[in-house]
Amino acid sequence: MKLFGKTMTPDPEVVVDIQNLQKLFKLHHNYSLKDSFVNLFTRSNIHKTMFTALNDINLQVHRGEAVGLIGRNGSGKSTLLKQITGVQRPDAGSVRVKGKMAGLIEVGAGFHPDLTGRENIYLNGAILGMSKNEIEQKFDEIVEFSGQAKFIDTEVRFYSSGMYMRLAFSVAIHTEPDLFLVDEVLSVGDNEFRKKCIQKLFELKNENRTFMIVSHSENQIRQICDRVVWLHHGIIMADGTPDEVYPKMNAFQS
Amino acid sequence: MVKKISKLLRTSSEIVPRDKFYTPGSSRGFLDLVNQRFLLKLLVAKEVKVRYRGSYLGQVWTYIKPFVLFLIYFMFVGYVMGGNDRVYNFGIYLFAGLSLVQFFNEVFRNCTISLRSNAALVRKIYLPRELFPIAAWRVALTHFIPQFVILLVASFVIAFSSHPVNLFFLDFKHILAFCLGILLISLFAIGAGMIFATINVFYRDAENLVEVITMCSTWISPVLYDYRLFSEIAPHWFYNIFMCSPISAAVELFHYAFVYDRNFRGDRWAIPVHWVYAANFIPYTLIAFGISGVFLVVGQILFHRFEGRFAQEL
Ligand SMILES: Nc1ncnc2c1ncn2[C@@H]1O[C@H](COP(=O)(O)OP(=O)(O)OP(=O)(O)O)[C@@H](O)[C@H]1O
Ligand SMILES: [Mg+2]
Repeated sequence: MKLFGKTMTPDPEVVVDIQNLQKLFKLHHNYSLKDSFVNLFTRSNIHKTMFTALNDINLQVHRGEAVGLIGRNGSGKSTLLKQITGVQRPDAGSVRVKGKMAGLIEVGAGFHPDLTGRENIYLNGAILGMSKNEIEQKFDEIVEFSGQAKFIDTEVRFYSSGMYMRLAFSVAIHTEPDLFLVDEVLSVGDNEFRKKCIQKLFELKNENRTFMIVSHSENQIRQICDRVVWLHHGIIMADGTPDEVYPKMNAFQS
Repeated sequence: MVKKISKLLRTSSEIVPRDKFYTPGSSRGFLDLVNQRFLLKLLVAKEVKVRYRGSYLGQVWTYIKPFVLFLIYFMFVGYVMGGNDRVYNFGIYLFAGLSLVQFFNEVFRNCTISLRSNAALVRKIYLPRELFPIAAWRVALTHFIPQFVILLVASFVIAFSSHPVNLFFLDFKHILAFCLGILLISLFAIGAGMIFATINVFYRDAENLVEVITMCSTWISPVLYDYRLFSEIAPHWFYNIFMCSPISAAVELFHYAFVYDRNFRGDRWAIPVHWVYAANFIPYTLIAFGISGVFLVVGQILFHRFEGRFAQEL
């Protein structure tokens, strides 16, 4: 960037570029043809049935940044992450990304309860974009990180929910993504595992990988993130360091 | 050119551009599957495993179900209703058509529910969505293979016992007819399945409609009776429509591959009746391929058009 003829330090590279993003949802779903037929004839106020989950979002995330997404329940945090992973498509505006993503919109989304831990590691690894070789190489590391070596050939349905999350998180974290999208997954697992996860996240951060993390725990966000974005009813209310944003949000809510 | 192909064949993790912006969730349809062969394999293995989990006989059920169906039809349509006297080699004739229609039913049904039954995945992680119908097709194919083996052995035995020279019946024409039959029914079932899968995301009625269609499929194709029987009673235009349907055409390809031709050489049927029909056989098959192609293209277009909404509607 040039300012008064002086060259300033170049901006770090943008890896997520969101422009004027808007996302609408239907408030009422019709699941049968009959219902929508009835609606067709009654023409019941169509405009009132749409709901704006995200409105005019503009956000640039740079390589190596760890961005925390905060806000009340239903403010659109998960929806925003879903637009970035490409699971959903925006109704207006654009999302562009660079590099490989691993989206933990929900840990263990690709897990199947009837498969064993081992099978799930393979399936989930492939779902998150790993090749067969990569999975085979990392397999032992994944198992070790999860601490589930003993139960690796047990069907996942017999795991406790914490064990399940551990394994799922281990797979996701070993996919070596450039961009890591985490949605409220750090809140599962016991203290020991949470510490291990945060440590691993720091490691990845030092490798200049990018994070977007949703969490309701101020502590966790402050620990990991150097930038916080506050969403409220689908609008970005504030964007800055945790020390800038949290006081604003707390003042607003009280 | 070689570079382009090798780039296409690389795994998905390598294909994501690291230094160039791309729009997440934009797909190239079936082309994306080239990079996802490993994942496809795992999804198929998962389906097969999950389906028979906790059952004592497990995979054996894939043999039992079609076999029971076959026995029932063979006894009642073959003996009680006299199919045995009307159709030469009725057993093989029936089994060839029946296994193909069963294959169609399974592909069609599995494709239709494939998005819903994988809702957890579709909703949370972006993957090329074509993976799910294609995986459903592959699962049905693994179930079809044992039936095919039985069919092959049976027709070998019969061909050999009736006319030893015919051991060489497995010539190019028959193998081609078999492959075309599989191809035709797969294209049609996947195409129709993708159309219904898309509708099924928004309206669950699609699932029920598919149930009705699969209930009828055995009867609206020449499986339990001979096409001649139908041509005698049906008006000509209706008969033409009937024979152009991809299911009928594929069934006839199978009949050709396993029953007809070889039995006409020096057998008790002096006049090869099938040859009379053969005059129209090729145009019927071509039209059926055309219809299947249209279904597949429409299916892919619909899929592509509504793909962006799958995650939020499920
Ligand atoms: N598929 C959908 N169909 C209709 N409405 C939806 C859909 N997904 C989300 N919404 C709505 O969008 C809004 C934002 O939801 P979202 O899940 O993004 O909230 P959130 O910020 O992640 O909340 P939480 O902190 O509870 O996880 C909610 O009002 C929700 O009802
Ligand atoms: Mg959420």
